[in-house]
Amino acid sequence: MSLTNEKIKEKLVGKFGDQVGNFEESFGMLSFSAPKDMNLKVLQFLYDEPDLSFRFLTDLCAVHYPDKHDAELEVVYHLHNLKDNVRLRFRVSTPVSNPDVFTATKLFESANWMERETYDFYGVNFLGHPNLVRILNVDEMDYFPMRKEFPLEDQTRIDKDDDMFGR
Amino acid sequence: MIPTEQHIKLPDGSIERQTTTLNLGPTHPATHGVFENILELDGERIVSAKQTVGYIHRAFEKLAEHRPLYQITPLTDRLNYCSSPINNMGWHLTCEKLLNVKTPKRVDYLRVIIMELARISDHLICNSIVGVDTGAYTGFLYVMQYRELIYEIYEEVCGSRLTTNIGRIGGFERNFTNTAFEKLEKFLREYPVVLKEFENLFMRNRIFMERTQGTGGISAERALNYGFTGPNLRATGVDYDVRVHAPYSSYEDFDFIIPVGSTGDNYDRFMVRGEEMWQSLSIIEQAYKKIQEFTGAESEIYHADVPEYYLPPKVDVYTKMEALIWHFKIIMGEIEMPKGEVYLSVEGGNGELGFYFISDGGRTPYRLHFRRPCFIYYQAYPELTKGAMLSDAIVTMSSLNLIAGEMDA
Repeated sequence: MSLTNEKIKEKLVGKFGDQVGNFEESFGMLSFSAPKDMNLKVLQFLYDEPDLSFRFLTDLCAVHYPDKHDAELEVVYHLHNLKDNVRLRFRVSTPVSNPDVFTATKLFESANWMERETYDFYGVNFLGHPNLVRILNVDEMDYFPMRKEFPLEDQTRIDKDDDMFGR
Repeated sequence: MIPTEQHIKLPDGSIERQTTTLNLGPTHPATHGVFENILELDGERIVSAKQTVGYIHRAFEKLAEHRPLYQITPLTDRLNYCSSPINNMGWHLTCEKLLNVKTPKRVDYLRVIIMELARISDHLICNSIVGVDTGAYTGFLYVMQYRELIYEIYEEVCGSRLTTNIGRIGGFERNFTNTAFEKLEKFLREYPVVLKEFENLFMRNRIFMERTQGTGGISAERALNYGFTGPNLRATGVDYDVRVHAPYSSYEDFDFIIPVGSTGDNYDRFMVRGEEMWQSLSIIEQAYKKIQEFTGAESEIYHADVPEYYLPPKVDVYTKMEALIWHFKIIMGEIEMPKGEVYLSVEGGNGELGFYFISDGGRTPYRLHFRRPCFIYYQAYPELTKGAMLSDAIVTMSSLNLIAGEMDA
């Protein structure tokens, strides 16, 4: 029996009730969200349940929505069930004022650097991460560059001639 | 293999440390690309490794939020620069999925030829560099002439050799010329002989086998947990290939095998890549035969009929009204972009290269994230080299095919 998006939704709602929501299907991939305190429980359920067995973490990234108050930073997990070849997108939101999310490194080793990258660019603090330091940017940086309020170019440069290079 | 006894014994009361710290630094002939490893060595054996990446971080994801779709293709070139056509095609396929563009078969087959040539080029570089790291330089320089021929084929199609910026949303910017097909035929004629000779240098070479067998191994469960994909995962025995699991660009029309290894060590990775090169060659031959079967008007198609996203040829822009209007609309960003989010992955030279594209209806993406296989599997390097000798660590690093451009984006 193949695993369909309907079945995934049924199992999730059956286990977590109305705590999982925002079920959408875009281009064949089901996506849903849950409160950030439950992210590990949901990931563990998706991992352990024999019909679901989403045991491969394809991707972990974040998106910044400055207009959604108290849910500005959204961490997106892309999961993959290699046996039935089904993909899933799972989102958790966190406010910018308190960007703590539990780390998924105990479940997926691949989440280690992906969470470091998310911390580096968005400032999401992963609780319980073994080594949450910046990975791609310089260690001395004190801002989070991928957030929308940060402009593309460094406005404090004095060596570029503004008449020649527009900003 | 974890050593059980200490190799360096210092006299009692010595203030020196038991382990040596070695900086296998960002500029080093053995690290292919810029990434740094700080190794703790006990004599010749590695106790731990700490990696630093980000030396070639160019902020592609931030740049992509400020560029319209066709301007992002040059950014994708520079991810895995050894096989840049695959990155370009992956980006075009992602856009086509979002914009609901269907490409004709001839375009798909031409794309397959270009992608498989890129895969051959990438695997040739990796395998010959594994040879170089064990001391055998000849193989690397001998296959260089066929890498040159592949770059000449790209040049015929798009003008550039390494960072190709090849193709457009919906197809290619120009039809393949006869010269391109002649070069392809020359490649198909001469390359199999050369690949066999290259394999003869290494496959049953005792020194190479003893250097690479048993080193840098990983089990399939650990590899899956670390997010391995591509030849590194197939060397551990898991036959996951995006071309088969989620076929794109008509890969389902082709007949090819996915080679798998068993122990995931350096030798298995070398063998998997070597066999994949033979399979890629077979796919190119099949695609070329299929292309030659198109007749009449079908054999001149090189792009889908999507004037909203495909820049019209300049001749038409200067003479026809509709082409001028479309050209203006595309460049100035007056095209209707649908809102939505799409994740699409292609089988890159190193594994599953994924594009997560969120569009809010504007000219530029709201968010574009690259799922880069190199970045994800480099995390496993300390586990692969724990207890190994320093020279094995060098060979492991090069057999993983770490491309710094893809690691940092």
